[in-house]
Amino acid sequence: MKVKHITEISGALMRARWKQTLVAAVGVTFSIAFFISLLGFMEGLNQLLDGIVLNRTPHVRLYNDILPSKVQPIELSEDFKDHYNFIQSVKPTNTRKEIYNAPQIIDKLSNDGRVLGVAPKVTAQVFYNLGNIDLNGIINGINPEKEAAYFSFNDYILGGNSLDLNNVSNSIILGQGAANTMRAKVGDIVTVTSTEGEQFSLKVIGFFQSGISEIDKVQSFASLSTTQKILGENNNYISDIQVKLKDLNQAPAIAREYEHFFKIDAEDIQTANAQFETGSGVRSIISYAVGVTLLIVSGFGIYNILNMLIYEKMDTIAILKATGFAGIDVKKIFISISLSIGIVGGFVGVLFGFLLSITIDAIPFDSPTMPAVTTYPIDYGIQYYSIAAIFALVTTFLAGWFPAKKASKVDPVIIIRGK
Amino acid sequence: MGKNIILEAKSISKSFLNPVKVDVLKEVSFSLSRGEYASIIGKSGSGKSTLLYILSTMDTDFTGELLIDGIRVRGKSEKELASLRNEKIGFVFQFHYLLNEFTALKNVMLPGFKLDKLSEEELEHNAYGFLKDLGIEKLAHKMAYQLSGGEKQRVAIARAMINDPLIIMCDEPTGNLDSKNADIVFNIFKELTEAYNKTLLVVTHDMDFAHKTSRIIELGDGRLLKE
Ligand SMILES: Nc1ncnc2c1ncn2[C@@H]1O[C@H](COP(=O)(O)OP(=O)(O)OP(=O)(O)O)[C@@H](O)[C@H]1O
Ligand SMILES: [Mg+2]
Repeated sequence: MKVKHITEISGALMRARWKQTLVAAVGVTFSIAFFISLLGFMEGLNQLLDGIVLNRTPHVRLYNDILPSKVQPIELSEDFKDHYNFIQSVKPTNTRKEIYNAPQIIDKLSNDGRVLGVAPKVTAQVFYNLGNIDLNGIINGINPEKEAAYFSFNDYILGGNSLDLNNVSNSIILGQGAANTMRAKVGDIVTVTSTEGEQFSLKVIGFFQSGISEIDKVQSFASLSTTQKILGENNNYISDIQVKLKDLNQAPAIAREYEHFFKIDAEDIQTANAQFETGSGVRSIISYAVGVTLLIVSGFGIYNILNMLIYEKMDTIAILKATGFAGIDVKKIFISISLSIGIVGGFVGVLFGFLLSITIDAIPFDSPTMPAVTTYPIDYGIQYYSIAAIFALVTTFLAGWFPAKKASKVDPVIIIRGK
Repeated sequence: MGKNIILEAKSISKSFLNPVKVDVLKEVSFSLSRGEYASIIGKSGSGKSTLLYILSTMDTDFTGELLIDGIRVRGKSEKELASLRNEKIGFVFQFHYLLNEFTALKNVMLPGFKLDKLSEEELEHNAYGFLKDLGIEKLAHKMAYQLSGGEKQRVAIARAMINDPLIIMCDEPTGNLDSKNADIVFNIFKELTEAYNKTLLVVTHDMDFAHKTSRIIELGDGRLLKE
């Protein structure tokens, strides 16, 4: 029996019931379209939200932690080697936050093949002076070019150009939250007081908006040299080295390696932002669950319609069998009906899913906290399209299998005698 | 004889169980040879259709032996029986049975699609020829549901012939036809037996029709009465 003739028969059966067939196909189309756009939208949001933190976070951060010494003098003493000791209220000594030999370390890191880029940083605790009130603040001394290149710094700058930090002496990019409190505009001069009590006047050249208001209230940015000046340190003083890797997943291993090699503290991005990974994972699971439910529901639609078709077409099945069609031929006919519903509905669904994604992508999304984002985010990953297509085929096949099996078991004698 | 026997029934019995056991066929034995034109007669309810369903291999729930073209039917799979039916048996039902989704011509061609021996063009040519013999070639491209009862019956007869079967079984093929068309059908069958050496087994109530055939098998109360 030729495939062509099987499809000719199933085509005729579908045409005889084209309304129900259409409804079933539209069901598949809808579920596929929503599956694709839902997952694309969800993943777009995930990437956006993760990006707020992950893009800006160094994959490995080298610094000197202020911690009590891990090895206390008594443990070095030969006399008490076999004893236990209990020391209470251990305090850190006045370890410096400075990284020793920072230029050499940066040099070494820059030559490491796994490293994409290195950016030094100095942080200074300050007070923003606002009349009688002092606001807590942190000034990050950065290299604006490198921050922009590796940590998307420019995406978060409003009203100015980050490169001006180097061009304009004693300049500052104020956190948006702090700027609002101080009512500062670009070009204004703000005063800050260092922890040592010294006052500095800094010119505002732009604002920084991260989307996380706790950060925007506190963090500001200045050039490395300006910050070193506020701290009263020389221009070799570096408190953090931020490393961006080529492969984010290697971060924990590399962090451990640097920790040993440079005898310094190193923190990887996974440890620093564990909660974001979890959040994205849960969101993905939920949207997959919803999407798969849609597909299964459309499968039940096909199942129902095929069952109905079989009851209506008992006579046809009986005649086919009486004239020499075997059960397997009848089964093929009904499975091909359900598969064509799945293929056509699925194909149109993939198209509609793409169109729906484009539509969502075009809807304006003005979030004051995310200046770089103007429309709703969508991920166009091919995986959603392929999962949807495969799932559509599998569910329609299964939805067709059981009714088809029933049809193949129809006893022609009972039907013919029943007339 | 030997090789010429197309259909052989050996003490075929069948009973239904609802709710009490009713013996519908009792030890029915006969054989048909190539080119024979036989009719089955009997009162309504005497088991004619039931016998025909068994002989056409659609009903396998009986006791006794059935050989078609020397092949034992018992023990064959559903698929093998379907092929046997498709290739060697043409069947015309008591009530015209066509697929309403197709044209008359396609209805005739369908068993040929299953057999898959001729090309579609050849099948179409043959189908058209049969319709012409039956005087309904003008209706070839009408949908089945648009035909009258008698027209449908003739399409069904054409369908039974399409795969060039050894034996054609008919359950009241002239039930819906006037005497003129009944004569046409009779003559077509006669020609099939004489010119093409086909075997015909026709269940009928039409005694004129039956007496014109070369052999009459009479069923009464599930038994073979006389020949
Ligand atoms: N599924 C069944 N269950 C029980 N009894 C049945 C069943 N099918 C048929 N019968 C009985 O078997 C007997 C023979 O039926 P069959 O259809 O073979 O008669 P028939 O000779 O073809 O009659 P007609 O000339 O009216 O077509 C009838 O008495 C009928 O009631
Ligand atoms: Mg009958």
